Amino acid sequence: MPAPPISDSAIKFAASARITPGPAALFRGFARVGLSGFGGVLPWARRLLVDTERWLTAEEFNVLLGLCQFLPGPNVVNLAVAVGVRCCGWRGAVAGALGLMLGPFLIALLLGLLYARYGQIPAVQSVLYGVTLVGAGLIIATGIRMGLNVQQRAVYLPFAAAAFAALVFLHWPLPIVMIGGAALTVSLSWWRLAREACQ
Amino acid sequence: MSVLLDLFISFFLVAFVSFGGASAVIPEFYRIVVTEHSWMDARTFTELFAIAQAAPGPNVLIVSLIGQYVDGWLGALVATIGICLPMSLVVGLLFNYWDRLQHWRGRAAIQLGVAPLAVGLVLASGVLIARSAAPGWAGIALVVLTVWLSLRTTLHPLWLILLGALFGLTGVV
Repeated sequence: MPAPPISDSAIKFAASARITPGPAALFRGFARVGLSGFGGVLPWARRLLVDTERWLTAEEFNVLLGLCQFLPGPNVVNLAVAVGVRCCGWRGAVAGALGLMLGPFLIALLLGLLYARYGQIPAVQSVLYGVTLVGAGLIIATGIRMGLNVQQRAVYLPFAAAAFAALVFLHWPLPIVMIGGAALTVSLSWWRLAREACQ
Repeated sequence: MSVLLDLFISFFLVAFVSFGGASAVIPEFYRIVVTEHSWMDARTFTELFAIAQAAPGPNVLIVSLIGQYVDGWLGALVATIGICLPMSLVVGLLFNYWDRLQHWRGRAAIQLGVAPLAVGLVLASGVLIARSAAPGWAGIALVVLTVWLSLRTTLHPLWLILLGALFGLTGVV
C-alpha cells in the first residue's frame, strides 16, 4: 500500500525546512553545544541539530549518530566532524570540531592551572574526592543504560560481563580485551545474521 | 620534545580501541599515564578525572588535563589532537560511504558485536575509577546513590556533581 499523501508532504516540508549552515554557523552552534554540556554532550547536540537549528532531520541525526557510535573515539567529536563534512566539506569538519572543543578546552586549562596552584589544599582534595565518586557513578549509570539498549540481550550481554570481568578482576590489557572480544562477538553476530538471511 | 611525542602517540593509539567513547578507556589512560610512564601518581589522576567531570564539554577533556599536567598547554593540545584525530579522519572519509553500506552484513554485524563490549568497557571504567579513589563504605554508598539517582530521576548531572562536592567537603564520604 502506498504511503498516505499526508506523510509525503510532511517529508517534503521537512526537507525544505532543513537549513545548511556555513563554517561560521557550525562553529558557533557547536560552541554552544560544547559549553552547555555537563556530563555528556550528546543530548545537547541533538537539541541543537534537530530542534533548534534544523540542520538535520531526526532521521538523519540517527544515521549520523549510528556512524559515530559505530566507530571508536570521542563520539561527540566524531558527530561534529560528520555534520561539518556533510554541510561544507573539510572546512565544515574543522569548524564543527573546533567549535565544540575550543571553549571547553580553554576552561579545562584554566581549571588545570587552578589545580596546579591550589590542588594541595585539603579542602580542595576532599571536594575532588567526592566528585570522583559521583563521576564514577555517572559512568556506571551510562554503562547500565547502554546495556539496556543492547539488542538481543540474552545472546550478547554475557560478552559484556566477560569483558568487565577480564578488565576488573583479571586486569587484562584493554586493547587485548577489545580486539579479542570484538573478533569473537562480531564473528558471532555475522554468523547469526547469515543464518537469519538464509531462513 | 620526546614527552610531547609520547603523549601524542599514546593517545593516538588509544583512539582506535575507545569503543564507547572516552569514558570507556579511562582505565587505559590510567595505565599509560600512571603505570607505564609515571607522569603522575594515582591520586593526581583521579583528581584530574574529577575536574574533567565537573567541567563543561565532552568527556574527552580528561585527556587535555592529563596533557597539561605532563607538559603544559602544548602537552594539552598535542594529547587532545592525538585522541581526536584518528577517528575524525575516518569519519570524514567514511561518511560518504556510510549510506551505501546500509545493506552490507558487516555493518550490522559490527554494530551488534561491538555494543556489548562497549558496555563492559564503560562499566569496568566506572568501577575501576571508583576503586582507584579507595572509598570507604560511605564512599561506596555515594557511588551507588549516584547510579540510582541517575537512572531513576531526571536530575541534571550537575546537581549530582555538586552533591559529591558537598559530601566530600563536609567529610561525609
